[in-house]
Amino acid sequence: MSAFINKKTKLLVQGITGRGGSFHAEQMKAYGTNVVAGVTPGKGGSKVAGIPVFNSMEDAVAKTKANTSVIYVPPVFAIDAIYEAVDAGIKLVICITEGLPANDMMKVYPYVKNHGARLIGPNCPGLISPGESKVGIMPASIVKKGNIGVVSRSGTLTYEAIWALTEAGMGQTTCVGIGGDQVIGTNFIDCLEAFEKDRSTKGIVMIGEIGGTDEEDAAKYIKKYVTKPVVGFIAGQAAPPGKRMGHAGAIISGGSGLAIDKIAALNKVGVPVALSPIEIPGLMKELLSGDKKSVIKNNLKKSISKRVAAGKTSPVKSKKTTAVRSGLKKAAKATSKTRIVKK
Amino acid sequence: MKIHEYQAKEVFAEAGIRVPKGEMVTTPNRAEELAREYNAPVMVKAQVHVGGRGKAGGVKYAETPEAARVLATQILGMDIKGLEVKRILVTVAEDIITESYLGIILDRVSKRPVIMVSPAGGVDIEEVAAKTPEKIFKLAVDPQLGLRSYQARNLAYKLYRDPLQVRKATDIILKLYDVFWKVDASLVEINPLITNTSGDVIAIDGKINIDDNALYRQKNIEQMRDIDSEEPSEVEAREGDLSFVKLDGNIGCIVNGAGLAMATMDLVKRYGGEPANFLDIGGSSNPQKVVTAMRIILSDPKVESILINIFGGITRCDDVANGIVEAFKQLDLKVPVVVRLTGTNEEKARQILKKVKLPYGDTLDDVVKKAIELAETTS
Repeated sequence: MSAFINKKTKLLVQGITGRGGSFHAEQMKAYGTNVVAGVTPGKGGSKVAGIPVFNSMEDAVAKTKANTSVIYVPPVFAIDAIYEAVDAGIKLVICITEGLPANDMMKVYPYVKNHGARLIGPNCPGLISPGESKVGIMPASIVKKGNIGVVSRSGTLTYEAIWALTEAGMGQTTCVGIGGDQVIGTNFIDCLEAFEKDRSTKGIVMIGEIGGTDEEDAAKYIKKYVTKPVVGFIAGQAAPPGKRMGHAGAIISGGSGLAIDKIAALNKVGVPVALSPIEIPGLMKELLSGDKKSVIKNNLKKSISKRVAAGKTSPVKSKKTTAVRSGLKKAAKATSKTRIVKK
Repeated sequence: MKIHEYQAKEVFAEAGIRVPKGEMVTTPNRAEELAREYNAPVMVKAQVHVGGRGKAGGVKYAETPEAARVLATQILGMDIKGLEVKRILVTVAEDIITESYLGIILDRVSKRPVIMVSPAGGVDIEEVAAKTPEKIFKLAVDPQLGLRSYQARNLAYKLYRDPLQVRKATDIILKLYDVFWKVDASLVEINPLITNTSGDVIAIDGKINIDDNALYRQKNIEQMRDIDSEEPSEVEAREGDLSFVKLDGNIGCIVNGAGLAMATMDLVKRYGGEPANFLDIGGSSNPQKVVTAMRIILSDPKVESILINIFGGITRCDDVANGIVEAFKQLDLKVPVVVRLTGTNEEKARQILKKVKLPYGDTLDDVVKKAIELAETTS
């Protein structure tokens, strides 16, 4: 068992003839994913790593009965690729491509939903159900079949967490990277719901980062609906406020979106938060063996944010002038938002 | 990306939103000349990417052309929150009766553009939001349907009673919504939107932030970028397609992925070091990016060691390794470098890196600790 993808997944690769597309199509196939076809307009009839290529999604779906697609096309074409997949009847679309305009995504999101489809990403590493199927770019060498579900807003940080779990002998049911953009197709709550339902998943690892309120919302959901143990991790605990740290979503400004608030929200609902990815398996083991309360208590003692709050250590100091400059520059979206909604 | 007030007003004017007559100038001479030309009192406004310009003394009223020259002299070169004023806007001063707020932002929770209006506009809008949130009215627009006239009108009624002003404001709200989409904005804002003694509704200050991901199709906006107002190393990073933020520490960090880069910084801090920067080389693996990244980090004299942490997925470790080797050839590396490459093509990378014999970290915690140790030996 697993979430979202499994042995029945029949995958189409959009942009299969490109550098990333061909490389990862081959990797996915090698992992055992049922890659049934690829699509690149103008390259129909050719083959990539033995996988037939079609000119359009419509043709590819008609010929192969694929149910899932993964997108590697360049950003300029990626929005169109999502629409094309949904219109061809694909019910699960995973967009690896990064750099999609957020305003376009605001239109894509309801379109996908209204067609009864699910989008994961964009700007995400995809997902993997060890031993069953891999869709995206996660390195297969780090996963292991087991009973932990992993969901993350980050890409490479997810690998770090998975690797830590695998090293500690804790395998995974499914690992999902949902992406860190402003507008994403699948959020923490969707994945928590899927993991809660999936009977083979016994514990959940949730990896968040600064910016937005997704982690807080997830905490509320966990309190209400999640019975399985959850371990958290929040990246950006030491990030200076008001900076955009790469992801469009990873912006903190004002009093919202800070790591400290997210950690507090998670702790409050019984989710311990690891300080290093390496600590995740240990916390999970403790939770699985029972004593939730003492895990949280110990975790709080160690929490860096606690120490920041107590003044024992300070968040990273940035160069004075640049702090103001780039703070304002980088935090464009968030500052502007908090101008109004700041509490 | 941010653009200046005068540029935002150009965009508004083009869309048919009324703004006061004005022009960007860089000299007191030209400021005086313009004031004379307008034959009216003017506002002299510093053009910097920072809020609270007025409170910092960067926005002044000039009764006469002579006064405009004096104020322009004062404001040009002024330091506002670390930014030097190099451009000023000289614009006709309006007689203000009411000040309202009008803004549209992308709301990540509802995944919709949210229009916000408040009859209590002006400099203290943040305080209004904090203390009297009931004075702020919001509408999340269905992006597929677009903004309907009645919706804009209902918002306009929150601002004005006079039917003519309601009609004018409705028109402005509809036009601003179009601007939001047309320029791929993540924020458009008019604050304040004023009424004057003649009953006109005018945008006397404006702000537009553009989604960086959409700049490829916003050539006109891209040209408005004010390079002068940016940190040089961050400009170089952007041109090299890297995501970079300069910080104040001694450990240079090169990481792939924003989340991992932040987690790496967190650990540097945790083990007693100070990160010198945030740097994400992104998803694609072009060896040249590593060279650029190294050069940018080395330009900071405070850096005492560099840690490279790559967890390969779409990024291939061998590409990064080639970049590192190339950097060693091209750059004069005086600070120690510690590397951890794991994931896609890790073995190939290790082979390539044998050429440069670097200390290797096996885990994230390990590489961070080594970088801190090495920095201590350098200093």
